[in-house]
Amino acid sequence: MAKILMKGNEAIGAAAIKAGCKYFFGYPITPQNEVPEYMSRELPKNGGVFLQAESEVAAINMVYGASGCGARVMTSSSSPGIALKQEGITYIAGAELPCVIVNIVRGGPGLGGIQPAQSDYNQVTRGGGNGDYKLLVLAPANLQEMVDLMQEAFDAADYYRNPVMLVGDGMIGQMMEPVEFREIKTKYTLSEKTWATTGTKGQRPHNIINSLFLDPAQLEEHNHKLQKKYDDMKANEVRYESVGVEDADIVLVAYGTTSRIVRNAIATLKEEGIKAGLIRPISLWPFPMAAFDAIPETCKAIVSVEMSMGQMIDDIKIASNGRWAVDFYGRSGGMIPTPDGIVAKVKEIMGGVK
Amino acid sequence: MLNEKVICAGFGGQGVMLMGQLISYAGMIEGKEVSWLPSYGPEMRGGTANCAVMVSDKPIGSPVITDNATTAIIMNLPSLDKFEADVIGGGNLLINSSLIEKKASRDDLNVYYVPANEIANDLGNLKTANMVMLGAYLELTKAVDIESVLSALKKTLGDAKAHLIDINREAIKRGAEAVKAS
Amino acid sequence: MAVVFQKTKGLLDNQTHYCPGCTHGIIHRLVAEVLEELDVLGDTIAVAPVGCSTLAYDYFNMDIHQAAHGRAPAVATGIKRVQPDKVVFTYQGDGDLASIGTAEIIHAAHRGEKITTIFVNNAIYGMTGGQMAPTTLIGQRATTAPLGRTVEHSGMPLKVSEMLATINGAAFVERVSVDSPANIRKAKKAIKEAFECQIARKGFSIVEVLSTCPTNWGLTPIDAIKWLQDNMIPYYPIGNLRRPEEV
Repeated sequence: MAKILMKGNEAIGAAAIKAGCKYFFGYPITPQNEVPEYMSRELPKNGGVFLQAESEVAAINMVYGASGCGARVMTSSSSPGIALKQEGITYIAGAELPCVIVNIVRGGPGLGGIQPAQSDYNQVTRGGGNGDYKLLVLAPANLQEMVDLMQEAFDAADYYRNPVMLVGDGMIGQMMEPVEFREIKTKYTLSEKTWATTGTKGQRPHNIINSLFLDPAQLEEHNHKLQKKYDDMKANEVRYESVGVEDADIVLVAYGTTSRIVRNAIATLKEEGIKAGLIRPISLWPFPMAAFDAIPETCKAIVSVEMSMGQMIDDIKIASNGRWAVDFYGRSGGMIPTPDGIVAKVKEIMGGVK
Repeated sequence: MLNEKVICAGFGGQGVMLMGQLISYAGMIEGKEVSWLPSYGPEMRGGTANCAVMVSDKPIGSPVITDNATTAIIMNLPSLDKFEADVIGGGNLLINSSLIEKKASRDDLNVYYVPANEIANDLGNLKTANMVMLGAYLELTKAVDIESVLSALKKTLGDAKAHLIDINREAIKRGAEAVKAS
Repeated sequence: MAVVFQKTKGLLDNQTHYCPGCTHGIIHRLVAEVLEELDVLGDTIAVAPVGCSTLAYDYFNMDIHQAAHGRAPAVATGIKRVQPDKVVFTYQGDGDLASIGTAEIIHAAHRGEKITTIFVNNAIYGMTGGQMAPTTLIGQRATTAPLGRTVEHSGMPLKVSEMLATINGAAFVERVSVDSPANIRKAKKAIKEAFECQIARKGFSIVEVLSTCPTNWGLTPIDAIKWLQDNMIPYYPIGNLRRPEEV
């Protein structure tokens, strides 16, 4: 199939429909409005249902209902809206239901701004809602990757019976790039959703969708079961890209659109004789810890480059385990890092360490 | 090596977003790497609008233009004030002189004054002023082929507005002539 | 020997956790009997709330979701939009529906969502231990209104059914009570009409059921019934507030 030029948010909708998404519940918030707008236009043509909910809280609970009866369902929002959805997300994780949640991140805290940011890193990787749960969190860097990951997101959600979050930012949501909707064969073998609430027809015991366990022993057992699932994800769902790390003087860690800016900076640094490597986490959770093992001992430092105030540093330090100094360069509030700014920071670090 | 970084800027309604999209779309048709990044937010609603377009032989890294535009296509005065500084030395600055009396303040740029609104009015459709500017840009840079732009426009307009292709072709041609003469 | 009465198939044989004298048991039974009589038990998906009836999923013999506090109408919306041919209902208390879930119930009604809500109003938060609800009566004591509710501090008790009856999408709205055999029969009739309204795709339907909470009211079951009759029914009059022209 030929490439088409699409806006990020619309490509998200198109990819979701192609991945079998039939239901979408959402609420308007900038900069992701083209997702629900696209879905309202296209889902009915594909035998699905779009519904604009009265709030983000209601939307995620509609997702909970739809997912519980076995549907492929999605919602999308942006940072403050995702904060509101946390209640539903923890219920969905607790009740072990699949769904895909798209977060087109904008600056915060509070109402923040509407320009691109990555300041939801902690919110999306640490749980966000109450209790011991994890989301599989995927952060594509361009529209083609976004489109390709969508099929994986839906399949992984069904496979693990767990919410999967796709994280973009205002830049990836609003920009246009060529995309190709190709067949993605995922690794997941999916089984029938025998747990879904489709009506007993008087032929089976009733199915219950629930996250309540009043007996502490049962709740602990449930948590062990969830943890086992998260361990499986850690073993099987780590995704990252690593460029020029093995002989790097310095390694930059960046995800999503920021990684693209970092690539420009790395090219400039190369011209100036500095070998900078890139580790690009594609799965923010599970974080690609093992990617750091390829970094040589001689590497001077690792730099977290973010559109947030150092939220990824903790994970990088855990992955580094004291082997290298960890530094930070970031912009926030909707300000976008520039290649020049990154280059200057790297030179400052290299000068200081030498 | 092709590595175009173009800012298209003007009032909302002047078609600056479409202009940028057509460059990207035409680049994609020609198998080049492209990106289109709009400004968004309140400024879209009647204020200034702008987009950053990249067309390259190599994969696009950052889709953001900071101070490294190879060309700026400027449709109104506020955009001139905002973006003149963002063009690299030796780059192109295309100014819609129908609406902007002010001259460029830098002397290290190739500056072209195109009376886009007058030309579009001559053609009988003021809305083609963006295509006049686009024609000037294509003539100067040859970044993408005019035919690619027109086939992109055909897809964008759809069958219902296919009759507008001819006037747009003419607008592009007139824009090209405007910078040839200067 | 002919069987003249047996327990409805709509309820499981589990013992409920409800307090002695609580009317949840009666209301569960009425709902289950109605669904059995309509022959839709196997095609019904219920949504349990947060509150005393959270554990309804252990009692109703049909597919069921447990929902977050107040969100049952949103969850039911998700279920119904995926399975428009199924019967979907929420079972919610007054803390759940009239306080934290006001947005969800109003907008489910507003959309004319083809679901039925059984709204159990006992004028108090039961599960959490007797705190004041929006429905708590003036002068009624609650653990968070130790001197009794006052208008000055908390406003007048919220009449949810009257409010919902103003919404076009709400096809059927009726308030009933389970304080006497006669009223229980009327309650069952209303519940049946509400479900028929859903099945006929007329719009949103709700039955508010005035109920007792002897434990948190600090009354015997019999005194609780009398308190309901003397205090709740005068403020929350029973009767139909809205029905489609032909059902």
